[in-house]
Amino acid sequence: MRQIEAFEGTHEIASGASRPRNDIYMIDNPKTGMTLIVKTITRLTVGLIMLFGIYIILHGHLSPGGGFAGGVIVALSFVHLMLAFGKDVAAARISKNMASNLESIGAMMFLFVALLGFLGGSFFLNVLNKGNPFNLFSAGTILLSNISIGIKVGVGLFAIFLALVILEKSSKKEL
Amino acid sequence: MKAINIIPLFVIIPLAAAFLTSLVGRLIRRSSEVIIFITSLALLGSSLYARVLLNSVPGKILVYKIGGWMPPFGICMVMDGLSSFMLVTVNLIAFFVAVYSLSYMNQYTDKPKFFTLFSLMVCGMNGVIITGDLFNLYVFLEIASIASYALVAFGTEAEELEASFKYAIMGSVASAFIFIGIAFLYSFTSTLNMADMARILAYKQNAWVIPFVGVLFLMGFGLKSALVPFHAWLPDAHPSAPASISAMLSGVLIKTLGVYALIRVFFNIIGSTHGYLTVLMFLGVISMLVAVVLALSQWDLKRLLAYHSISQIGYVVLGIGLGTPLGVLGGLFHLFNHSVFKSLLFLNSGSVDYAAGTRDLKETGGLGKLMPVTAKTNLVASMAIAGIPPFNGFFSKAIIIIACLQKGFTGYAICAVIGSILTLASFMKVQKFVFLGEIKDKLKNIKEVPFAMLFSVVCLAIICVLGGLMLLPSLRFFLDDAVSVVLKGTSYAGVVLEAASRQ
Amino acid sequence: MLFCVGLYGVLRKRNIIKMIVGLGIMEYAMNLFFVLLGYRFHGRAPIDAKYQDILNMVDPLPQALVLTSIVIGLAVTALIISIAIRIYEKYGTFDITKIKKLKG
Repeated sequence: MRQIEAFEGTHEIASGASRPRNDIYMIDNPKTGMTLIVKTITRLTVGLIMLFGIYIILHGHLSPGGGFAGGVIVALSFVHLMLAFGKDVAAARISKNMASNLESIGAMMFLFVALLGFLGGSFFLNVLNKGNPFNLFSAGTILLSNISIGIKVGVGLFAIFLALVILEKSSKKEL
Repeated sequence: MKAINIIPLFVIIPLAAAFLTSLVGRLIRRSSEVIIFITSLALLGSSLYARVLLNSVPGKILVYKIGGWMPPFGICMVMDGLSSFMLVTVNLIAFFVAVYSLSYMNQYTDKPKFFTLFSLMVCGMNGVIITGDLFNLYVFLEIASIASYALVAFGTEAEELEASFKYAIMGSVASAFIFIGIAFLYSFTSTLNMADMARILAYKQNAWVIPFVGVLFLMGFGLKSALVPFHAWLPDAHPSAPASISAMLSGVLIKTLGVYALIRVFFNIIGSTHGYLTVLMFLGVISMLVAVVLALSQWDLKRLLAYHSISQIGYVVLGIGLGTPLGVLGGLFHLFNHSVFKSLLFLNSGSVDYAAGTRDLKETGGLGKLMPVTAKTNLVASMAIAGIPPFNGFFSKAIIIIACLQKGFTGYAICAVIGSILTLASFMKVQKFVFLGEIKDKLKNIKEVPFAMLFSVVCLAIICVLGGLMLLPSLRFFLDDAVSVVLKGTSYAGVVLEAASRQ
Repeated sequence: MLFCVGLYGVLRKRNIIKMIVGLGIMEYAMNLFFVLLGYRFHGRAPIDAKYQDILNMVDPLPQALVLTSIVIGLAVTALIISIAIRIYEKYGTFDITKIKKLKG
């Protein structure tokens, strides 16, 4: 069941990447980014990597991983995009301002989930229902916390990378 | 909503403010300033309320269990006399510095980012104070430290970056030592809760681990609080930071992360023995003398103030290292007083910098006629730090010296007096060079600083003058509760666990 | 052992990048040490799977703490590296003995 979902997801993302677009000239331009082999493989694997990351985030309470590790993998998918195609393509998908806003939203979501515990009487309490163990929707608020941390870490790491790359470009122009 | 629910608010409010500021501050003009003002005012109000609330609770201790998990399984937040004392200190200074920064930061770009980092730092410090769990202490310590590394480098000049880099590396080494200490303690007692650990350590005496961990913690927290063998980052980090950050760093950060954590770990968990106290006193006295001598030869205003911070922390550590009730009272009182008047001095130097554009003592002069309020408040703060009656510095220093004599350490008492005299000398130098004398040509048309900065500075000066009143019997509970927590030592654990099971 | 290697790197090397690497090594050493504290003889991984019983697990608490510590280490390293890049822009060199504008 999970394999069928994964395959459909990949197919959708891969076909989306090969649709003609405005920036197709940037993607296929041999001057920016790396060689053609890398670019082709990247188109196929970026979706897989992001899907893998989302899987790790969602199953944080059942198998190792959780918000932070999954968030790092999601960030890796964007970084992969940037490394293979050059900085501009990745910046077009998530610009620096949007990354910063998304990160703050992720943090506020986490705080909000924590404050939900107040309804139950204490800070951080698990208030949503805990279903049977080992199902996907068990263990109450841990799922929501994992998702919000995943968003925050993923976008945050990508923002750091973006800031460092932009800094390097501007310093090279000066020297 | 029961009254005990106020405790996690000290961490939630600045955290929410930080992220809200970073999201909204760029969209709506001046919204970041409003948010930070409301936040710091709310924090100040909560801390004062919590302090008054604590008087009506039997046993004077409040324990808040996060998530409803009982300790030792869960993390708990403890509010006792010492915590509420430190909370009031930190939030008071944070409020005044925030108000000051409202107009001081106009010379730097990017105000929302500054207030985000500032809120994160306050959140970290509050967390360090109220947590009852050792690893949680480390996490909040790191939050506050990282925010301060970023804040020191805020203006991105060349000097600031170098200072911030040195500070960051040294701070990370200190945190590494603390982490290893915590790892050893965990392996030895298999629990992380402070009260539980104190109880277990009382049984297992006589192991080689305990002094080893003590030395590790002394190195780590000593580096964070800038005692003398470990002080090398302070004279570089403080002058380069923007003035309000210097005030926060020197006024509260060193004390919270360094001295308060040292007190918690040494007195309440490991249990103070004669050896540790002697080492603490010795380090305190060396810090006092060495720093004051080095400060006499400085020509940069903020660097001079930074060296004085080191020496005053030496006073505090000397007082606490004495271990007698009078000594600890003097040490904690001096901690509070030093926060107030050192912040005042740094904010004044910021005003001079804002108005005249320079920090060098050789270039300023005669500013007293053009900036009367700054000059008068600087005089108040200088007299307070040198220990002239009736300002608050006199009372705390007198108590420390009397406690030294009581216990028989006349040598240390004489050193304390010498340190005091040299402090007076260097501040007379500051006063003479900055505010009296002739005005140089290029500084002829400077004005007094804007109202927000004046407000904070005047309020702090008033607190300096009235600080001595805290020794009156009716207000004495503020300090006495803190002192009793420190002196109770490891029996603090029993009180905490009993309070936890009661609520 | 690893910790001492890292500490040597931080204290003695002159190049800033080597200092940062030394700091990184030190942090890895600390985290490894902390995880290893929780070892029990013949333990297995502390994951609550469906058909295995709860006994005889390796101690899971240090693993959660070390996760937190790794995140903190990452944040510090990112900050220090960005400061180091800016220093290179301003001073033009990575040698710490030449970066001495603040004196006294």
